[in-house]
Order: sequence, then C-alpha cells, then structure tokens
Amino acid sequence: MTDISVQLLYLACGAFLLTAVLVVWRRELAAIIRLFALQGVALSGIAAVLAVHERSLEHAVLAAGICALRAVILPQVVRRALPPTGPARETRPLVNVAASLLAVAVLALLAYVVAQPLVQLSPSPVTRAIPVGLTVVLIGFFVLVTRRRAASQVIGFLLIDNGVTAVALLTTAEIPLVVELGVSLDVLLAVLVLQLLAVRMRATFGSTELDELTELRD
Amino acid sequence: MSVIGGVAAAGLQVLAVGAGAPLLIGVMRQVRARLEGRVGAGVGQPWRDLRKLMRKEPLSPRGTSEVFRIAPLILVATTLIVAAVVPLVTTASPLDSVADLFAVVALLTLGAVALALAGIDTGTAFGGMGASREMTIVALVEPTLLLAVLAVSVRVGSTNLSQIVTSTLDDPARVISPVTVLAATALAVAIIAETGRLPVDNPSTHLELTMVHEAMVLEYAGPDLALVEWASAMRLTVFLGLFAGLFAPWGIATSGSVAALAVALVVFMIKVAVLGVALAAGEVFLAKLRLFRVPELLAGSFVFALLAVVASFFLA
Repeated sequence: MTDISVQLLYLACGAFLLTAVLVVWRRELAAIIRLFALQGVALSGIAAVLAVHERSLEHAVLAAGICALRAVILPQVVRRALPPTGPARETRPLVNVAASLLAVAVLALLAYVVAQPLVQLSPSPVTRAIPVGLTVVLIGFFVLVTRRRAASQVIGFLLIDNGVTAVALLTTAEIPLVVELGVSLDVLLAVLVLQLLAVRMRATFGSTELDELTELRD
Repeated sequence: MSVIGGVAAAGLQVLAVGAGAPLLIGVMRQVRARLEGRVGAGVGQPWRDLRKLMRKEPLSPRGTSEVFRIAPLILVATTLIVAAVVPLVTTASPLDSVADLFAVVALLTLGAVALALAGIDTGTAFGGMGASREMTIVALVEPTLLLAVLAVSVRVGSTNLSQIVTSTLDDPARVISPVTVLAATALAVAIIAETGRLPVDNPSTHLELTMVHEAMVLEYAGPDLALVEWASAMRLTVFLGLFAGLFAPWGIATSGSVAALAVALVVFMIKVAVLGVALAAGEVFLAKLRLFRVPELLAGSFVFALLAVVASFFLA
C-alpha cells in the first residue's frame, strides 16, 4: 500500500472515531443524527480508499452503497422518528456526559488491547486500524445501554453496525457484495421497524423515554 | 546559525508578540463588532486603552500584600520568556533547550497561578471566586494540553517544540493523520479554555455570576491592569502561534537569513490573524456555557487528546 493511501485510510479512520466520540458528547438529538451521517461518510471513505488500493469495482460499489445508506437514508429515517415539537434532547442519560466521555477513553484502550491478537495475525497498515472499528462497536454498545431516548438508542445500535462494517472492511480483503448487501438491508429494515415503534410509542405515551414505559399507567 | 542571529530572531519574536498581541485583540473585537452590526472601536483601541492605563497613578487596595503587586510582573515575564523560546518565527532560538513542551506549559501555568494567588490575596469575594473557578478550569485543561502536544511529539521522539516543528517541515505529509486531527481538536478546546474565550469564559463580561478571568483581576487598576491585559493578549497570541506552528508550520524560518526571517514574520502574522478572526467569528454564534457544563467540554477534549496519544502509538 502506498504511503499516501495509508495516510488517507488512517485519516478516514480518525474521522470515523471522532464522530463516534462526538455522538457521546452532544445532547441534541438532531446534532447526534447529523454526526451519524458524517460517520457514514467517513466509513464510505474507508471503503473508497480500499477500493482504490485493491482496484476492485466491487469495493467501489460497496463504498457508494455505504454512502447512500448510512449517510443519507438511515439518518433520514431516524430523523423522521424525532418528535416534531418539544425539546429534542437527551436530558438525563444514565451516566452523565463527562463520565461517559471518560468511559469512552477506557473503552478505546480496551479495544486496542483486545484487538492486538487480531492485528498480530497479519500485521499490515490496514489491519493495524482494526482497533478503531472495535472502539466504535464498544462506544455504540455503551450509547445503547446508557441513553434513555429511543432515537439515541437507535443511533447506538447503528454505531455498533458501523463499527462491525468497519472491522469487516479492515480485516478481510474481500467481503462478498451479496453478504454486505444482505447485512445492509437487514439494518435498514430493523431501523424502519424501530422508527415505526418509536412513532407508535409517542402516539400512545406521549414520550419516547423508555424508562417510563416500565411504570404502570391508567 | 550564529548565536547573534539566534538572539536577534528570538528578540524579533518577542517584539512581534509584544507589539502584535493588542492589535490581534483589536482585530478580533473589530470582527465581532462588524458581525454584530456595530461599527467597532477600531483595531488600535486596545493599544489606546493600554496607553491610557499606563499613564494613571498606580493604586493597590488596602490590605493587599506583595503577592498582589508581583503577580502582573510574573505573568508578563513568563509570557515573554515563552514568546522568546517557542518556535513562532524561527526554530533556531538560542534558548532552544528551554523550548521543551513541559517547560513551556509549566511557565504558562505559573503565570495563571500567580494571577489566581493575587485574586485570593485581595480578600474580596469576587477575587476568591474568580481564582477558584480559574483553578478548576486550569486543573482540567493542563492534562489536555500536555497530552495533545505529547501525541504530536511521539512520532518525532522528542518533546522539544523546535524539533517537532522541524520534523513536520521536513515531512509535511505527516500532518494528514488521525493523530493530528484528534490532537488539533483537543488542543483547540484547551486553548479556548486556557485563554478564557467563549464558550468557557466571556472576555467582555462583568456580570458577577459569569466572569472568571475578569473576577480575578477586578481589583487591579492603572499600570498593573495594563500589564495584566497586555499579558493576557500575549498569552492568546502565543497559544495561537503555537497551534499554527504545530499543525501548519510552513513558513517558519529554519535558517538565520534576514529574508527567511522576514518571510516567516509575515507568515506568522497572517496565520495568527486568520486563527484569531476564525475564533472571533465563531464566538458570535456561541453562548457561554454554564460553569457546571465546562468540565464536560474539557473532559471531551481530554478524551480526544488521550485518543490522539493512543492512536499515535498504534497507528503510526
């Protein structure tokens, strides 16, 4: 791999990681969704650099598909699940934001430690970026379990998926296009279902704060 | 490069920072005024303020000790030393060995601590409150500053600022890496907090509940106040220059020739002015954060700095 393409790959990985951390940092749901769209662009950047490096049309199609799905369609779907009026903010996350940012730092270190055996299997400039993908998976999991609003939990789920896709792109030379297509469609369907659920929940309970659903109402 | 040339270059840096810092503040205030639809006081206004303050009779409040009187001098002295050693215009300062990352950050912190002590020394409620807030922020900012510059220094293998700048000049492609992206984000937030700009502190407020830096220096008047204001302006200039030098070092002179120094001086002024204008323009769109939200912002920048250090070890 040439020097400049390695740097572009690492730059895309850096942007990928940066957006994940910013998702934890911000409270406004609209801003979180925008950041998720940006992360989609960074992920398709990773795929595009790999496509140029491998000179494979399949990767290029994959990059375009990722860009369309994760940077445009999914953010649009999640945005439609937001309440049209009222404060669209993550008001009381289970772990406060400063503590979750420190938790993210610990998760990043954990991901680097855990990913070392994977990297040792075939050390190359590409596989050395695997910890970034794993970090995003862990951050997504963290967002999923600590946030209360349905929209930010969906974003957590999608962060996990982005991280998994990044790890897949970085570890394997080739992902069969069919597999990637299937996974992407799966994610799209899941998000559509979740969006429908969130809208129905809001219509029934007037809020999408999931903790309140455990209480009895008359 | 001869020692005399190095001394001249360092003197040039001090002169540029000392004379240019109030002008930078003037430019930033002017940009802000224009964006808010006001005419503005003009670029030279901070200099005119300083001249007016210098002519006044020195006063110090009853009951204050030497700490109060020495603090402005310590602040100015440490800032001038940093202005002389940090590679702003040239990498060949004769005090090169002092331009160590840790020494520079320690010197800048020394000035901040002196001012906080002076704030406590006045014994007024505002002074103590401002000092306590400033120390809270400084304690959270210092680790971020150190980590962010450390991340950039890992690939060089030295914490000497001149060597970091020189190696970036030799290999410009290295600037494009996740390490620099993360470190630049962290350092930008740290600099904004350290120099007391929005959204951490509002430099133009005198409202009791919100001021941080202004509360500490509330008791200063006349020449002492002029020194404090001048030093704050120089700190901002040095920080912006350091930021530009670390992430876009092009134009900094590595030789001692007069032509290279002249070009470097002009480039330095342009870079700092661009950063200052960007900062001022950004501030128009920001409101001050609640004090209790500031640790959140600083924790975020700390995470970026930590990730930058981690990435510099694993990706490079």
